[in-house]
Amino acid sequence: MITVLETGVLNSVQDAGRFGYRHLGVSTSGVMDPLALRCANSLLGNAPEAACIEVQTFPFKVRFDKAVSFVVTGGEGTITLGERVIQPWSVATAQAGDALTLDRPSVGARMYVCVCGGIDVPVVLGSRSTQLRGGFGGYLGRPLQVDDQLAGLGGCVPDGFGAVPPLRALPAAEAEEKEKTLTLRAIPATDYCLFTEEARTHFWSASWQITAQSNRLGYRLKGGALKLTHPVELRSYGVIPGIIQVPPAGEPIVQMADANTAGGYPRIATVIEADLWRLAQARIGSFVQLQCCDHAEGLQAMRNEDAYLQALQDNAALYRKSFMRREAGQAGKKS
Amino acid sequence: MTETMSALKTDQSGGSANEPAISMIGTRAMLFEAPGAFTLACQRRIWALMDACSERPDIAEVMPGVTNLMLIFSISPENPETVAHWLRKAWETLPEKHIKGRLFEVAVRYGGELGSDLPRVAEHCGLSPQEVITLHQAPLYTVCALGSVPGFGYLHGLDPRLETPRKSVPSLKMLAGTVTIGGPQAGISALTGPNGWNSIGFSDLVMFDPDREPPALFEVGDQIRFYAESIEV
Repeated sequence: MITVLETGVLNSVQDAGRFGYRHLGVSTSGVMDPLALRCANSLLGNAPEAACIEVQTFPFKVRFDKAVSFVVTGGEGTITLGERVIQPWSVATAQAGDALTLDRPSVGARMYVCVCGGIDVPVVLGSRSTQLRGGFGGYLGRPLQVDDQLAGLGGCVPDGFGAVPPLRALPAAEAEEKEKTLTLRAIPATDYCLFTEEARTHFWSASWQITAQSNRLGYRLKGGALKLTHPVELRSYGVIPGIIQVPPAGEPIVQMADANTAGGYPRIATVIEADLWRLAQARIGSFVQLQCCDHAEGLQAMRNEDAYLQALQDNAALYRKSFMRREAGQAGKKS
Repeated sequence: MTETMSALKTDQSGGSANEPAISMIGTRAMLFEAPGAFTLACQRRIWALMDACSERPDIAEVMPGVTNLMLIFSISPENPETVAHWLRKAWETLPEKHIKGRLFEVAVRYGGELGSDLPRVAEHCGLSPQEVITLHQAPLYTVCALGSVPGFGYLHGLDPRLETPRKSVPSLKMLAGTVTIGGPQAGISALTGPNGWNSIGFSDLVMFDPDREPPALFEVGDQIRFYAESIEV
């Protein structure tokens, strides 16, 4: 069992997402930073979609009631297990009674507590993710609270190794060095040409600030109003995470993991899949710049990410194998 | 503009009068928008296209909207124009899909606290509340698509005389089951929460229950008729 000792609002159980129910209006949910989850699950030898705790309000503290291996990924902050400081992106093993504390990260916005086997909450509509608006999935369909008890599905695995964090391993979009500005690549979308030329130019050149009205549903950006050449009334259409909509006031919203499945605002562009996790880790108040990219670039960025994940998975598997062999050898000598 | 985009849609939303508009949403999704007005005939062609797309091994999910269809690829296509070409061809050749949906007779408690925008709708439309109720009950509505939130149905069939703009200040906690009008559309809210549509009544329907099979009450093609259980004006 894992007992929640301290938590802010809106920390929840999430997995890789709920797929296949979009046509019923069910959004995907799932972790905001899918790369962080995939890395942690690879390091632990878990299924890629195994569930974790997404922490977005700090400090967050849990107690492990039995020995279990775990990895903390995502933002970079101080992680302590009892008195011991733990490395992020690395497998560690907690003993029964150990408390794990995550302090507010200095880099990034969300951290992921992943345990061996994944967090065991009931699978609802094919996923363990919390559907916060619908009030189902995850732990009782709601964010975590103090004293909640979660079960893990696994025990201990070889520890003491880790991954090079994606922030260092994967090249971001090439951009002018601008302090505290994240460059996101985006592909023009359905209604791009409905915007004035001035609006389109501004969209790609402005420094957009992430407002406080940003959460798992979407990121609201501030930095000028984008005007349409003429007002339009659109029919409701499907929405996916990454799509950038422009409501009548003109300031864009990037839809995120909990986005409604359908909407009606004009769509100017879509942040490419390979950059969406970077936005999920961008903090309120920070700035983003959007960089126009095409389909081929979007695919290439995804291939880079896939290659990184594949290498990580292979290395983790190799490490576990050699570790087991060493253990077996030592056990042999003792007897 | 990129090569890919210029091969696909670059001009007006909704396409020209007769040509569908096809655009990419990132690398993973493609949107097909039918030309012309929002008619049931058009929506039936969207349903036919939806079925044809579901058969394709490269498409993981299909999401019908109002006279449009979003495809989510299992593997992003190297050349989206190939898929777009196939879609245009399928659109031209597929017959309408007629779904024999179930008929839901929905009891509505019109007006009162849970339908508090009834006077506003009546005033906007230049009708009496009773006339609004009569016009709202008259048509047979069809569920065109489900979306936005779990179980919410986009309905075809609202009398254009009842068209009422969404509220600029949304109700903060509208109950699930509230019978609503938002612009040219009629609806039944599926989740309790903020809602900008006008509430004209309340029904006891539970639009979505994850423990139920299927979880959504409505399916695409189902038909709905509203009748007054009570009226409070």
